[in-house]
Amino acid sequence: MTIPRFRKLIGALAAAAVASALLSGCTSGGSKSAGLAAGDAASRVYVPPGSYDEFYAFFSGGFSGEVNVYALPSGRLIKEIPVFSEFAQDGYGYDEDTKAMLNTTYGFVPWDDAHHPEMSMTDGVPDGRWLFINANNTPRLARIDLSRFETDEILQIPNAAGAHAAPFATPDTKYIVSGTRFSVPIPQADVPIADYVKRFKGTISFVRADQPGHMDVAFQILMPGFDYDLGHAGKGPSDGWFFFTSYNTEQAHEKLEVNASQNDKDYVAAINYRRAEQCVADGKAKTFPSRYMHNWVDSATRQARSELKTSVKLLDPADCEGMVYFLPTPKSPHGVDVDPTGEYIVAGGKLSTVIPVHSFSKMQAAIAAKKFDKVVDGIPVLNYEAVLAGEVKNPGLGPLHTEFDGKGNAYTTMFISSEIVKWKLGTWQVEDRIPVYYSPGHLMIPGGDSKKPWGKYLVSLDKITKDRYLPTGPEMSQSAQLIDISGPKMKMLLDFPTIGEPHYAQAIPASLIKDRSLKYFKLSENKDPWVTTSEDGGGIERHGKRVDVKMIAIRSHFAPDNLEGVQVGDTVYFHVTNIEQDWDILHGFAVMGNTNAELIMNPGETRTLKWVPEAPGVYPFYCTDFCSALHQEMQGYVRVSPAGSNVPLMANVSKKTAAAMHAGAAGGAGTR
Amino acid sequence: MQILMSTKSRVLTAIAAALLLTLYVVPLWRIRLVAPQYPEGLGMEITVNSVHGLKEHDLQNINELNHYIGMKVIDPAAIPVLRVMPWVVAGLVVFGLATALLGRPGLLYTWLSAFVILGGAGMGVFWWWEYDYGHHLDFEHAIIKIPGMTYQPPLIGAKQLLNFRAISIPDWGAWFVGLAFALGVVAAVSAHRARHPHPAAGS
Repeated sequence: MTIPRFRKLIGALAAAAVASALLSGCTSGGSKSAGLAAGDAASRVYVPPGSYDEFYAFFSGGFSGEVNVYALPSGRLIKEIPVFSEFAQDGYGYDEDTKAMLNTTYGFVPWDDAHHPEMSMTDGVPDGRWLFINANNTPRLARIDLSRFETDEILQIPNAAGAHAAPFATPDTKYIVSGTRFSVPIPQADVPIADYVKRFKGTISFVRADQPGHMDVAFQILMPGFDYDLGHAGKGPSDGWFFFTSYNTEQAHEKLEVNASQNDKDYVAAINYRRAEQCVADGKAKTFPSRYMHNWVDSATRQARSELKTSVKLLDPADCEGMVYFLPTPKSPHGVDVDPTGEYIVAGGKLSTVIPVHSFSKMQAAIAAKKFDKVVDGIPVLNYEAVLAGEVKNPGLGPLHTEFDGKGNAYTTMFISSEIVKWKLGTWQVEDRIPVYYSPGHLMIPGGDSKKPWGKYLVSLDKITKDRYLPTGPEMSQSAQLIDISGPKMKMLLDFPTIGEPHYAQAIPASLIKDRSLKYFKLSENKDPWVTTSEDGGGIERHGKRVDVKMIAIRSHFAPDNLEGVQVGDTVYFHVTNIEQDWDILHGFAVMGNTNAELIMNPGETRTLKWVPEAPGVYPFYCTDFCSALHQEMQGYVRVSPAGSNVPLMANVSKKTAAAMHAGAAGGAGTR
Repeated sequence: MQILMSTKSRVLTAIAAALLLTLYVVPLWRIRLVAPQYPEGLGMEITVNSVHGLKEHDLQNINELNHYIGMKVIDPAAIPVLRVMPWVVAGLVVFGLATALLGRPGLLYTWLSAFVILGGAGMGVFWWWEYDYGHHLDFEHAIIKIPGMTYQPPLIGAKQLLNFRAISIPDWGAWFVGLAFALGVVAAVSAHRARHPHPAAGS
């Protein structure tokens, strides 16, 4: 090596060293992560290509009306599950098979605000069978099957308005429970709003949830006209009880911001639901006329069906002594969370300067000793000091929600001071705090509200994003942040953007779900009345103005793919069956000018699209889901003739069938 | 006077014949197909009387993919040799058991010879079957036509066929056949030694 070249090399190395120093300086200087070097945090969330994450996390979409599935720790989005909102991407709520899922007594409601995912449980531990979620605006509860990641069932909640306090499951998933946010006249009536105190009531609904396809309101409890906010079932010693926060115990009906923030204490309602069951069994509940819809997917046909239900059992606490108690709680409490042992009931008093923690055993002693301060609408109010286990002093500003790590620690979001605070159960001492970006609502630890938290990660669900990502105009995605809680100090690992409002989330180890995940539907078990199971089994038929087309989709064609004889004024139903029996081979179907969405057919599945052509012409249709090398060739035509045309009904199913069809067309007969 | 087979030789022959009965239960051969889009693989098992997929719908999916290259549909019902094979195996089993029962060394040699001939013929038919499906393509309707490209999987081993790697290996049945043959050979050697004893070593 010559001297000049050697010098050049030294120069290059030196330049590289300066550059890397600048880069690393820049990273550590600009980073807002607490405690972990960027490289270290990156390695903690890095899941190599082709490898699986450790957890499934189900985030509500808030005003997107859906559930989004992320994988943790990588924060990768792996699925959007439509629930309460139409989803053009796969035809949910548009196609004839799923439309009925969005039926309500108000009609077809194609949007909602989905807040709280809740995992089904066995003995208080998430089991990965189902996920439940609420619709805030038009009160509904949904059940999602986690072998298919599909919404299977939606039940409307009658006598309720704003189903925010839902759904929360009992440890055995016998019930999911829904509290009404808005009190309203029950039954609904045209009354002056100023009659609030006299006429407005709340309800808490217990919905039977452990029998797929048969969700129903088991009973409702009529409550004073407060706002009910969030709830949680007891567990262990407190199994059999339910806890709900309430605010607006002032019973204001205007400018709640001020008028509902006057009382020093509102209530946590403690409901003994075994006692409620007993009262219902004893005939103490009224059969109350109530109209509500129940929608579910028939497991054989995979078509959604709706039924109208016409009454509920309504239970007045005055008729069922010992069913409901109020625990005074400062101040406008939001979350109410029961620790893994079932002894402590933590309330997030969002305007409070402390986090109050009630004791279940002290509550029982207070009930036995009748330590009541007063009685409200037949409901005893227990003495605050008599039920209090302790208060976390100076936790921060705006405590909202608490989850647990199963090691004796609790973690609470502080909305106003924008941080997460770790504190110890029993000592009520703050152990650690970490800033989050910005204004966290809920937080989530996998299993963190259950008997068995997997206390390794915590996710902060932030309401405000501001400068965390490249700006995207006035509206930005919301944000989640992954925090390592395996050690004594919390460590920020990852930011990831989220769809809609990620209001709350639940997570579970992947091993509890992934091996049960369905790969395709068996064609041999497809009981859709419009199924076509073989290449030449399709066809076209007319019944008056209705034309039904039965068609198969397989790599890389539709059969039939030429259709004639449709007329303006007809309503055409395309019944397309994907006859593939192979993993991840989906087909789509769309026809030009259809005032609707597309179909997406999973392998082995039949879906039906409605089309009303309005002008004569030849309309192309094609496969929308890139299925194979010849996907672009997967297309066909429908000829539309003027009303009254004598163009015969024709589908080119096979040469033989087509010949038979042409022969029979003179008589106006199509083929099946 | 005919010297009969030793007890050991008879027992070995009987076991060898009985081992062939496993062919009615376990597959003879297995062909696996792995591609970028099929990391989990598709596969076929060839049994004495059928061809079926390794997973429930594998055969259907292999046929579905084969239509791109114009390959004939693999339909077990349309493969005549699969109708004959169970009887050939049954014949070998009966013959082998009869040999063990009667103890005649001549029968044993004949049985072994038949075993070799029929086994060889079986492999030959299998090779022809692979050749036939791999070469006799429907070029009129094939979607992918590559001049000179054929799709015959190997008899044993692996071969790249477009995006698929075809891996052909003996399954349990083939190993049992091999073991049966080996036992037959041991029985024959034993029978031969009984008839032609060696002079005592070192005498």
